[in-house]
Amino acid sequence: MKIPKRTRKILEKISNQKNLLRKLGFRTDTKPVYKSPQGLNTNIIEEISRQKAEPEWMLTLRKKALEIFFKKPLPLWGGDLSKINFDTLHYYIKPQDKIKTKWENVPKKIKETFDKLGIPQAERKFLAGTGAQFESEMIYHSLQKELKGKGVIFESTDTALKKYPKIFAEYFGKVVPVTDNKFAALNSAVWSGGSFIYVPKNTHVNLPLQTYFRINAERMGQFERTLIIADEGSSVHYIEGCSAPIYSTDSLHAAVVEIIVKKNARVQYTTIQNWSSNVYNLVTKRAFVYENAEMLWLDCNIGSRLTMKYPAIFLLGENAKGEIQSLAFAKENQHQDTGAKIFHSSSNTSSKIVAKSISKNNGRNSYRGLLKVSKGAKNTVSHVSCNALLVDENSRSDTYPTMKVEEESATVAHEATVSKISEEQLLYLMSRGLSEDEAVSMIVNGFATQIIKQLPMEYALELNRLIELEMTGRHER
Amino acid sequence: MDTLEIIALRAETNKTEILKGINLKIRSGEIHAIMGKNGSGKSTLCNVVMGHPKYKITEGKIKLNGKKIEKLPANKRANLGLFLAFQNPTEIQGVTLNNFLRLAKNTNAKAQNKKAKHISPSEFLQTISQSMDLLEMDKKLAGRSVNEGFSGGEKKRAEIMQMAVLKPRIALLDEIDSGLDIDALKTVAKAIKRLHKQTKCGILLITHYQRILNYITPDFVHIISNGKIIKSGDKKLAQKLEKHGYEKFVKEPA
Repeated sequence: MKIPKRTRKILEKISNQKNLLRKLGFRTDTKPVYKSPQGLNTNIIEEISRQKAEPEWMLTLRKKALEIFFKKPLPLWGGDLSKINFDTLHYYIKPQDKIKTKWENVPKKIKETFDKLGIPQAERKFLAGTGAQFESEMIYHSLQKELKGKGVIFESTDTALKKYPKIFAEYFGKVVPVTDNKFAALNSAVWSGGSFIYVPKNTHVNLPLQTYFRINAERMGQFERTLIIADEGSSVHYIEGCSAPIYSTDSLHAAVVEIIVKKNARVQYTTIQNWSSNVYNLVTKRAFVYENAEMLWLDCNIGSRLTMKYPAIFLLGENAKGEIQSLAFAKENQHQDTGAKIFHSSSNTSSKIVAKSISKNNGRNSYRGLLKVSKGAKNTVSHVSCNALLVDENSRSDTYPTMKVEEESATVAHEATVSKISEEQLLYLMSRGLSEDEAVSMIVNGFATQIIKQLPMEYALELNRLIELEMTGRHER
Repeated sequence: MDTLEIIALRAETNKTEILKGINLKIRSGEIHAIMGKNGSGKSTLCNVVMGHPKYKITEGKIKLNGKKIEKLPANKRANLGLFLAFQNPTEIQGVTLNNFLRLAKNTNAKAQNKKAKHISPSEFLQTISQSMDLLEMDKKLAGRSVNEGFSGGEKKRAEIMQMAVLKPRIALLDEIDSGLDIDALKTVAKAIKRLHKQTKCGILLITHYQRILNYITPDFVHIISNGKIIKSGDKKLAQKLEKHGYEKFVKEPA
């Protein structure tokens, strides 16, 4: 879709960077302060904890998690995980000795990396706070003064463990326990970086907070840990973006995100995942939502070799609302195994799932969903809609919806569609003068627009352009 | 002066021949009506001339201003000034009429003249707005997805509205009258006449009924049957057809 010229000019000024999502494959030549040897064992865990000067309880938790990770088998469902070689990965890479709060102080090479990604410019214009993670550590974190004054906390998760030990211990690992699944256990064992957000009662963070995650090294494992607590009556919108250079070897990204949305609060969590095609992206994301509160996951998966991610919402209080909207794009050698989980555990709760996927050039999308209404949760309403678009004959889309409804008063609607770009639609657009490429990208963008239009503008425009680019020469392989 | 020539055109789909040797010449300013029963090949003719990939041309030529176009993709034909108002316009989710048409307008202008200036969104808003007035359309439709949830009548109006915006040299109108009530038919016919007068375009009007010809007077009327034009004449032919029915003509040797 063409962007109005004036809008484009404004955006160029904002980001000074036309290709936020596209030209991400560059490498930065840096010398880390510390890089753990390949492979994983207790010594590495102890070294990470020692370097971070953590309290004893965290080391104990890490060790316990490591045992669970080793014990749990790889899941046999989802995507093909058999090719991940856990012994060749570097589990901890520390790029600099201390987190910075001023861009000027970030090491030059790293600063240049984020400059290229448009991070500092974005911050000045439309964000309330920014974080930037390079390899295993947050290298920069900042928050508007005014929000600091109101008691809002936006820190690296490592910093938060030191500065706010009480609140940290109260919530860490409570939404996603170490025993949850193999990769949540792995994350708990080697976690490093990520964002910690606390929004005090009745406080509204009006502009989004954003963190950008960059993997730069080869055979890297990135395991950030994010924890967001929105206290009663507060609201916050958090955005995460990510990218990495392309290597012939594999990297692993296994994050855990825990969110607590208290009474009358609202949280939106937006992801624009654009890992390079050698990254396995295995992420556990979960939110606890209490009385009259609202949670929205807006999840866009464009990159990675394999993504397995199913953002979850537990509706724990009356009138709580949950929404999971997602867009997945799979092209050659990509498998996006994504989905959504909603648990209605309380009465009068409502939920909505909109999952859209686009498959191209042998790309594979799977939707895996779980909707559960527990006995005693009266008058719940949920609506699930999954739409898949196949751009060519060779692509694949599967839907695996599971519904467990234990309440008769529940209203559940489910619809799933799989469509192809039709000859008629192409002819229609082409008969007006558009080339086949233009027509295809217009149809694909149109399909995705319901999700894309909810993204912050600069990401929305980038996604539109990315689709245009991807649809050019769709028959070539 | 623009000329569309259809020369001894034969076309098939799924190995069934549908057009069996069509000859037709349309010049700027002329209105040709093609009438025929269902399945006679009327719509196929439009689709083949526009370049629908479903049909295969087995013999013959299509020329626009002397240039052979039968091998060009539909968009190149459109760039040269050809337009088709579809009998059943397709719906396209999430693509607004306004955005799509602006891109089309700019693409065609660029194809005809590399130095053509892009029409800005605000300029275009005026163009589309005038064209919608001409068709007495609700302006809100411009911001809606192409044909999605449009009524039958709205779809037909939107087709001619697009013609008004794109200003083609030769327009193929495929049963633009079907599914229109009498008031809508009058509006659409009036708009077509106005555009014809303004742009001096050549028009090929495909219709099943004589009704629309009460509002748009054709210069030529052709009767198509079994993939061939079996009789050509002036507007009186349409009146005869209305009186005697198709059978009389079909039975006569071509």
